[in-house]
Amino acid sequence: MLRRIVIVGASLAGLRAAETLRARGFDGELTIIGDEPHRPYDRPPLSKQVLQGTWDPEQAFFHRKDGYGALALDMRLGVRAASVDLRVRRVTLADGTCADYDRLIVATGARARTLAGIAPRAGLLVLRSLDDAIALRRELMNASRVAIVGAGFIGLEVAASCRARGLHVTAIEALPLPLSAILPPSLCEMVAAMHRDHGVDLRTGVVVTDVIGESRVAAVALSDGSQIVADVVVVGIGVTPNTEWLEHTGLTLDNGIVCDGSGEAAPGVYAAGDVARVDNRWHGEALRIEHWTNAVEQGVHAAENALAGPGASTSFSSVPYFWSDQYDRKIQFIGLARGHDEMVIVDGSVAERRLTALFRRGDRVVACLAVNQPRALIKYRKLLADGASWDAALAATS
Amino acid sequence: METTVARVDIMKVVVDLNLCDLHGLCVEAAPEVFEIGDDGELHVLNATPDAGLRAKVDKAVRECPTGAISIEE
Repeated sequence: MLRRIVIVGASLAGLRAAETLRARGFDGELTIIGDEPHRPYDRPPLSKQVLQGTWDPEQAFFHRKDGYGALALDMRLGVRAASVDLRVRRVTLADGTCADYDRLIVATGARARTLAGIAPRAGLLVLRSLDDAIALRRELMNASRVAIVGAGFIGLEVAASCRARGLHVTAIEALPLPLSAILPPSLCEMVAAMHRDHGVDLRTGVVVTDVIGESRVAAVALSDGSQIVADVVVVGIGVTPNTEWLEHTGLTLDNGIVCDGSGEAAPGVYAAGDVARVDNRWHGEALRIEHWTNAVEQGVHAAENALAGPGASTSFSSVPYFWSDQYDRKIQFIGLARGHDEMVIVDGSVAERRLTALFRRGDRVVACLAVNQPRALIKYRKLLADGASWDAALAATS
Repeated sequence: METTVARVDIMKVVVDLNLCDLHGLCVEAAPEVFEIGDDGELHVLNATPDAGLRAKVDKAVRECPTGAISIEE
């Protein structure tokens, strides 16, 4: 008999887990612990609508039609979970209070990495949380020149939003091409050209060696000896999973909480979202995935299995999906392109910046990228989920 | 506000087309109910999905990245 379930992380994964538990009939005590003072909010709008100023920050909160009342949550916000005792099944919070559980779901997410060896100062920011977005938006109102460190998806979205605000933008990327860790050169060049056409000064193959400015940023120094004058510096160089509070608890931590295919990390303990490495039957690995839909799917999955118990658990199987909105382009990606043998553009072209590309590994189709072609994605999502052959995917292009 | 409405016995599926961003996850979750048409717009296909489709529609609702889908009982 389950009486008490604790969710650590007032996040998308945590919220979907809570909703699932109630929808499946769990009527015991349900506690959600969140280190931020906010109830759960949506991150994708932060780098776009909130930064551009078309949304008030409050619009990023998830609005539940029936409010939070129907979930009957013991919501403990603004206080961090400090540790967990797996033996007595008790979470201890930073303020000294406790929460006992029969099942624990960990959805503590990840935090933005910062530049190593660079001291914090005014005008040097990251974008991860709602408060980060509010602070960055405030800074942008008085800025004219922005330097963005890291031209990954978050950096590129921030670049596009800053250009929409009419700011001078320099984007600095260590790789020879943006996104070249995950995409083939022709597609990376397309993305780079798109940003340059929109007026971004994109510097590739260089790293930041220093941030200039005493009390406030004034410029960044690059490895090629140049300096970029900037009122605001935004660092977008990836995230670190929030697992420190779980060290020495008995859980296996290795770039996230290592879970089996049921999402279980230890008896009665489940993990979901950016913090979790859940064995995924679709690709046969336990990768840590930082995508929006992954947080939803794993939050739901963890909740279902927490109620079902080990004997009746289902194994996780999902085709990863993410998207990125930059200027008037929507880039959508499904699957895993890592280690692919071949990429073929089956519709559209790089020149149009509107295309569908398929990725082959061995004799299977393993990924699909679509730029401003949302219908194509639906077709290939189904094929990918079914483990279709490369020949079958190509045959479906007509 | 532009909406598409399909009435069922006990549930009504409502899509706010102003919010819809064409991610297509609802089409994957419940192809009997949702479709992106040749016109590039989302359509509610099935005006009378039976109760057996409730789980699929629920999945579509919770997986919609823009929260464009809701169910009115």
